[in-house]
Order: sequence, then C-alpha cells, then structure tokens
Amino acid sequence: MPSLKDYRNRIASVKSTRKITSAMKMVAASKLKKAQDKAEASQPYAKAMAGMMARVAKNVIVTNASPKLLAGTGREDTHLLIVVTSDRGLAGGFNGNLVRLARQEIRRLVSEGKTVKVVTVGRKARDLLKRDQNDKIVHSFTNLGGGKSLAFSDADEVTQFVLAQFEAGEFDVATLIYNKFVSVLTQKPSVQQIIPFKAEEPSANDNKKKEEPKEELSSPYSFEPNEEEMLALLLPKNLGVQVFRALLDSAAGEQAARMTAMDNATRNAGDMIKKLTIQYNRARQAYITKELIEIISGAEAV
Amino acid sequence: MSMNLFNFELVSPDKVLVSEPAWQVVIPGEEGYFGVRAGHMSLIAAVRPGVVEVFMKEGDAPKKIFIAGGFADVTATNCTLLAEQAVNVSDLDAVQIEQDIANINEDLKTASDMTEKTILHKKLQLASIKLLAAKAA
Repeated sequence: MPSLKDYRNRIASVKSTRKITSAMKMVAASKLKKAQDKAEASQPYAKAMAGMMARVAKNVIVTNASPKLLAGTGREDTHLLIVVTSDRGLAGGFNGNLVRLARQEIRRLVSEGKTVKVVTVGRKARDLLKRDQNDKIVHSFTNLGGGKSLAFSDADEVTQFVLAQFEAGEFDVATLIYNKFVSVLTQKPSVQQIIPFKAEEPSANDNKKKEEPKEELSSPYSFEPNEEEMLALLLPKNLGVQVFRALLDSAAGEQAARMTAMDNATRNAGDMIKKLTIQYNRARQAYITKELIEIISGAEAV
Repeated sequence: MSMNLFNFELVSPDKVLVSEPAWQVVIPGEEGYFGVRAGHMSLIAAVRPGVVEVFMKEGDAPKKIFIAGGFADVTATNCTLLAEQAVNVSDLDAVQIEQDIANINEDLKTASDMTEKTILHKKLQLASIKLLAAKAA
C-alpha cells in the first residue's frame, strides 16, 4: 500500500500536469482565433480567383492541346500525394488520423499498380511516414512559416515545388491529403485532387449558379490574352490558392484539435486529482484510526 | 461616389491591401500597359510583374505599387487586381534587393537538380524586375 507521502507526491504531479495542459489549451485557443482570422482574410482572393477561373473556363473547350494542368498528361501511372500535417504533436488524433488515411491511399494506389510518390508537409507527416514509406518520400517540408503564422509565400514554396516536378514529368496526378477544418470540434481528413484541375463539387457552387443570370446582363468579358492562354496562366495560380487554403485549414485544425485534446486532458487531470484526494483521505483516516486503536488498546492493557 | 470614380481593390492571398475609390489606374498588362477608368469594358487580363499607378483623383500624383504579377478583373464600376506580392514602391530597398539577387545567384551555383534551378531562376527574374522598379523610384 502506498504511503501518505506517495499520495501527496502523485497529487502534486498531476496538479502540475493540469496546469501545463490548461495553459496549452489557452495558447491553442488564442492561436486558433488567429488562424481562423487568417483563413477568413484569404477568402477575397480565393473568391476572386474562383470567379475568374469559372468565367474563363466557360469559354474554353478542353482538348488534348489544353494546358496539362487541366487536361492531364493522358496517363494516370504516377501519383504524387501531398500529405499535410502539423509540426508539433499533442493535438489528439489530428496527425495520426491523417497519416492513417494517407497510408490507406498509398496502399490503394499501390494495389492498383500505380507508382506513388509522397511529399510531406509538417514534421509529423515526415516522422510517421518515414517508418514504413521512406522509399516513396521525394521531399519533406518542415517548419513552414518558421513558427510564425503561415504566409502565402510559405505555401508557394510547396506549390512551386509541385509545379516544377509536374513540368519535369515526374508525376501524372497530384492529390492533397489534409485535415479540412469543419468546426472547432471536427477536423476531417480529406483527399483532394489538384492536378489535373477538377472543378469543385456542385454543392459548393450552388450560390454561384444563382448569381450567374445577373452577370449575363452586364457586358460580355474580353480576355487579354485570349481565353486559352489566360487559362494556362490562371491554372498554376489557382493551384497555389488551393494549396494555401489546405495549409490554412490544416493550421486552424491543428490548433482546434490541440485545444480539444488539452481540454480533455485538463478535465481528466481534474478527475484524477479528485480520485487521488479521496484515496489520500481514506488512507489518512485509516492511519489515524489505526493509531487511535493502538493508543486505546495500549491504555486498556495497563 | 461621383460619376468618374470606380472601386479599386488590390487583393493578395493574405489580405485586401487596397480598397478605395480611384479615378484612374494604370496596370502593366501582359500585352502592354493599360489604363482603367470608370465605365471600362469588362475585361480579364493577365498582369506582368511591375508597377501599378493608382490616381485617386484627376490631376493627383499617382500612388505607385510594385506587384509580382497577377490578374485584373475589370468591370464598369470595379477593378479588382489579384497579386501575390504587393509593396509600395517607396518601401522598396534597392540595396536589400541587390543583396537578395546575390544570394539567389549564390544558391544557383550550388543547386543541383532541375526543380531547384527552375524555382531559383523564377525568383531571380522577379528580383531583377523589382530592382528596376526600386531604382526608377
């Protein structure tokens, strides 16, 4: 049976752990606010870009001569997976779930006979995938943004790398695997194909469709240079926007996941302190009772 | 807003940099400079890296902004300029840019694979245009 001192030590150590987790929760909450603001601030650009893409794409017919970013290379042999996680842990299942999904994708593609290459973003993706998929990792980005909040130029590093690899013919299809920020409580590991370009799901475009008739009333657009060349210029930029958005989502999700995880940890620590305190009190009472009995029986014996 | 002004917006991926009424904006289009005033025809244009001049009112001296290329979405009442990088020309530091160019050249010497080289070449090109803009100011 542990002594009273053991109990006191354990309670003290759980209390200090609770202090740390509760501080981490606060920090994550304030960082989450910043990350969400950042994601919001990126909306006008993404929206304007999507609007332009839509207007230009409407005027272009996809043929084999279309930019490869849109039409594809005509093959689907080599897949590039861009796996986005955080640099730091202690965020619950945030990184684990994502890497599990990434492994699933890799296995699926390999079983279909495709060649798989992996680019990791974030230290966790690199460390976790290195164990069993080291031969597939072609490049790792870590510490993007240098500990500060993520800037577009950081995301652009990834984009430029992917574009350069694509131009060099290193892969046919590129897919982003990242945590989509659904709400503070939910981050959904998602798979999104970015090369060749796929128009977004219809559900996301519902609002746009309603607006369209209004646009038709204004004068028709002219393009400079022409639609095809415009598309060739827009596609890489649009890719950058998508990568940036994924990274921002992941950054916000990381903080949200950490906040939830630390909140749970703080609560669990509280429960544990309560349980230990009861045990401590019981042990102390037992000790007192034992001493009393000893004194009384000693007195009786006299 | 009076008749001869329109909304000018300069948007970067991080934030909205400028959003204000303007009288005329001169943009370095991919196929040459073009000016935008209220009532301009609807146009989507690619923009080269270079200097954008924003005239708030007729006769005013323009505000000069360096942008690293982008796209312009122009309608009769709006002009939205999407740019990945935008800096006031007065904030450009020629010495700093020269240093950057030297650094990139240094990196180019040690760069081995094609991917790295392509990226560095792009950076170099952009930096030299930026330097020109800084020196012209």
